[in-house]
Amino acid sequence: MKEILSVSQLNDQIKIFLEDAFGSLWIEGEVSNLRRPQSGHVYFTLKDDRSQIRAVFFRQFGNFRNRIQNFDLEDGMKILCRARLGAYPPRGEYQLIVESVEPQGTGALQKAFEQLKFRLASEGLFDDSHKKKLPFLPRCIGIITSPTGAVIRDILNVTRRRFPSVDILIAPVRVQGTEAAGEIIAALRNLHTSDRVDVIMIARGGGSLEDLAPFNDEDLARAIFSSTIPVVSAVGHETDFTICDFVSDLRAPTPSAAAELTVPQRSNLLERIHDLQNRLYRTGQHALTRQKERLTSLQARFKNPRRYLMDYSISLDMLKERILRALEQNAQSGKNLLQQLTLRMNHANPANRLREKRILLGHLKNHLRNTWSQHRHQQREKLHALSALLSSLNPLSVLHRGYSITRRLANGEIVYQANRLTLKEKIGIQLAGGAIDAQVEKIHEE
Amino acid sequence: MAKEKFEDALDKLEQIVREMEAGNLPLDSALKSFEEGIRLIRFCSAKLDEAERRVELLLEDGHSLKTKNFQDDVNDE
Repeated sequence: MKEILSVSQLNDQIKIFLEDAFGSLWIEGEVSNLRRPQSGHVYFTLKDDRSQIRAVFFRQFGNFRNRIQNFDLEDGMKILCRARLGAYPPRGEYQLIVESVEPQGTGALQKAFEQLKFRLASEGLFDDSHKKKLPFLPRCIGIITSPTGAVIRDILNVTRRRFPSVDILIAPVRVQGTEAAGEIIAALRNLHTSDRVDVIMIARGGGSLEDLAPFNDEDLARAIFSSTIPVVSAVGHETDFTICDFVSDLRAPTPSAAAELTVPQRSNLLERIHDLQNRLYRTGQHALTRQKERLTSLQARFKNPRRYLMDYSISLDMLKERILRALEQNAQSGKNLLQQLTLRMNHANPANRLREKRILLGHLKNHLRNTWSQHRHQQREKLHALSALLSSLNPLSVLHRGYSITRRLANGEIVYQANRLTLKEKIGIQLAGGAIDAQVEKIHEE
Repeated sequence: MAKEKFEDALDKLEQIVREMEAGNLPLDSALKSFEEGIRLIRFCSAKLDEAERRVELLLEDGHSLKTKNFQDDVNDE
């Protein structure tokens, strides 16, 4: 009895058969014929040197499941896929439905690391503005690391040496392999839930890029970024850098260094407190002393007002004395001045000068009188002599001896020459006793 | 009252000492600051003298968490 199937029936059965038979599988190969349509799903062909198979990477897986490395697929890239086989009955085709992808080989890992680092950096996950400050003195440190090995021992040693009373809560995880990142994310969550720790340390020893792969996981990076508790990353050696380092609030070069950065040195703190205590006591003592000194000084300056009165009355007396003395001095000098002026005025009295002048005048008068009478006497005698002389010289006196003087009657001119007269001219003749008027009758020339 | 933090207490103490050393405080403020300083010193010293630490493991137990003492040769020294 031959069973006759329709195409649909066959393809449906193939689909069930294939999907049951293979389930989840791991497959590796090289990417080719990569396409990214608008839908956001990624289509490509996975091949090796002899064969190929179509593959699809749905967007939701691309976003949420590709957790080992988030990177961009490229043609020619060697990858390892976790996938299942899916048939598509309408077209009778089967293909790989890829759930997660890891790049194969170191070059690819490095590339994936750079890609993720760049992307998270552009999103701002590494920005300093998001870095939380570590507590100065944590009460309890959460440590995410392997519970065995050197790393946890180093951390316990260093923290104990620096500050023995800080509690430690270890969240044990695997720090290598595909499960590590998920465990670390869970540990972060658990430490938040426990509500005891105030700083979290993620620690691991050094290793290859593959060994450190869990710490380059995008989901872990985002979990650290959204942690409300400060996270210190101490992954690998000083030269190893992981995404975990970049996104953490503080990166320590080694686990021991992380312990030192997280826990203060107790002896330093003790020293500081001692110093502060000394200073507090000293300054307290000083404040008291200073106030006491002020009080003493104020007490000394505090006086009964009566004393001020006394002071005032004393100074009043002194002022009085000074005023009196000054007045006295003034009066004395006035008196002196008056005396001087009187003296000078007496000297200048006009009565005295008048008397002097009067005496002088008397002298002058006498002198004048004497001189005058003497002079008059002389003049009188001179006059007598002159008068005698005169009388002896008087021309008229010759007339007594018979001489006469003839004058022209017309003009009184004395006539010396007879020929100067004219006939009939009237003449006067003066005699010693009287005169005669006559008329020229005859002129006698000699 | 919220639990006082060691660092805050230390900062406060530092500030009090500096203020007092500046010498500008009135006497009663100075005395108050002094008392507060003494209290902070006691608090900080007590913090430093706290008992030995606990080192524990945080473990998942089904859907809840539990802690277990972590035995380590370091801690047993």
